[in-house]
Amino acid sequence: MFLITCPYCGEAREEQEFSYAGEALIKRAPLDSSDAEWGDYLFNRNNTKGPTLEQWQHTLGCRKLFMVERNNVTNDILAIKTFESLRSDS
Amino acid sequence: MNYSWLGVLKAGLGGNQSWTPAWPDQEPREGYDVVIIGGGGHGLATAYYLARDFPGKKVAVLEKGYIGGGNTGRNTTIVRSNYLWDEAADLYEHALKLWEDLSEELDYNVMFSQRGVYNLGHSLQDMRDIERRVNANQLNGIDAEVVSTTELKQRIPIMETGAHTRYPVLGASFQPRGGVARHDAVAWGFARAAAARGVDIIQNCEVHALDIEAGRIRGLDTSRGYIRAGQVGSVAAGHSSVIAAMAGLRLPLESHPLQAFVSEPMKPVLHTVVMSNGVHGYVSQSDKGDLVIGAGIDSYSGYSQRGSPHLIDHAAAAILQLFPVFSRAKINRQWGGIVDVCPDACPIISPTPVEGLYFNCGWGTGGFKATPGSGHVFAHTIGQDSPHPLALPFHLDRFTTGALIDEHGAAGVAH
Repeated sequence: MFLITCPYCGEAREEQEFSYAGEALIKRAPLDSSDAEWGDYLFNRNNTKGPTLEQWQHTLGCRKLFMVERNNVTNDILAIKTFESLRSDS
Repeated sequence: MNYSWLGVLKAGLGGNQSWTPAWPDQEPREGYDVVIIGGGGHGLATAYYLARDFPGKKVAVLEKGYIGGGNTGRNTTIVRSNYLWDEAADLYEHALKLWEDLSEELDYNVMFSQRGVYNLGHSLQDMRDIERRVNANQLNGIDAEVVSTTELKQRIPIMETGAHTRYPVLGASFQPRGGVARHDAVAWGFARAAAARGVDIIQNCEVHALDIEAGRIRGLDTSRGYIRAGQVGSVAAGHSSVIAAMAGLRLPLESHPLQAFVSEPMKPVLHTVVMSNGVHGYVSQSDKGDLVIGAGIDSYSGYSQRGSPHLIDHAAAAILQLFPVFSRAKINRQWGGIVDVCPDACPIISPTPVEGLYFNCGWGTGGFKATPGSGHVFAHTIGQDSPHPLALPFHLDRFTTGALIDEHGAAGVAH
């Protein structure tokens, strides 16, 4: 159990209000990939222990997707980022 | 030392002073033919069958904590083999057949009790799926039957089967040979039997790095020094991805918390195992008397060995709907484990691109039932350096070829 602050709604809410949506920044494999590359993109995950960057959706709120950096051993939230912020970084 | 009733009598007359430790706590040696990473049920079973069927090999089991302290001691102890697809059914049935003789094989009472397992159906679609699965089981020679609500009411009188509940019980599948076993005894029995055949069981020994040279495994860096190894089998459950990363590999796994809890012990009230996919709960009563209740996995991934309370709340609510008579039972303990969930809810028992490195993982929420079978086929995969025929469909290659074995329906826990 932990609290997540939606970057759009701006309030710390229970994790139950959100849906976990997997590891963040998985790059879609090109359509002409080999079977091995496509399988790696589709199924394989880093599944890192410790700080991870993941996607969450505020399902029972604004329904927007954003990124959460969470230590998945302690459940401490380290950072919350929007996808828009990626665009301005680049 | 062999255990026998005569031995119990003799030791008892001597004031129980003559018992020796069930297995010695070994110091790591310089090197081994085979090193198994993970001293849970699957790892110890692998070591036992390696020692039994490949007697020339020197085998060690490395456990970062203590024997049976991970998922082996954290599951809800249910054993069954009623899986839908041939590949999975064959593997789990292989395990179930080994369970039936396991106490004698190990000379250790694992308290395997074939009290039957019911999977409830709450909708017409549930019942169609149940009928399909029962038919598939029967074609595979696995005992299974469809049980009607009327019949269920007679067999489990304390279960609420009325038509006016939120999730009415429309029937169930039943596997009479399914049941429960004492999970700690499974770990201890395999550890003792493996040690008796010369396996070194090394506790408090965490693997920090794998030594790989020219695509071949050479050894392991551990918290207790470097250990040379001809072959390495990783049976690390929730931490499999961490071990894989040491070899530069990525696995199709996500680790999630999975929780369970037990009530205070009480007189026998439930003589069988009841599971329900529809309302997300499963319950049995241990020989000690506590109701053992399992929940679904937490939606988010993690290595925290504890989950969110709302899942416990949800499972308790589901069980209380089915068994209103339990409403005054108090919860005694609650805990979580880390399960490694595979996209097709089936395990990975496979060689890897690194020569001499093998993985047995991805059992997700349902590995306990497979413990002896998993160890047996993995031991053969390592010992013969070629997948056991029952393990072949569970090769890592299936995530390239697409030949997945979709067992989400039979896996029994909401993912």
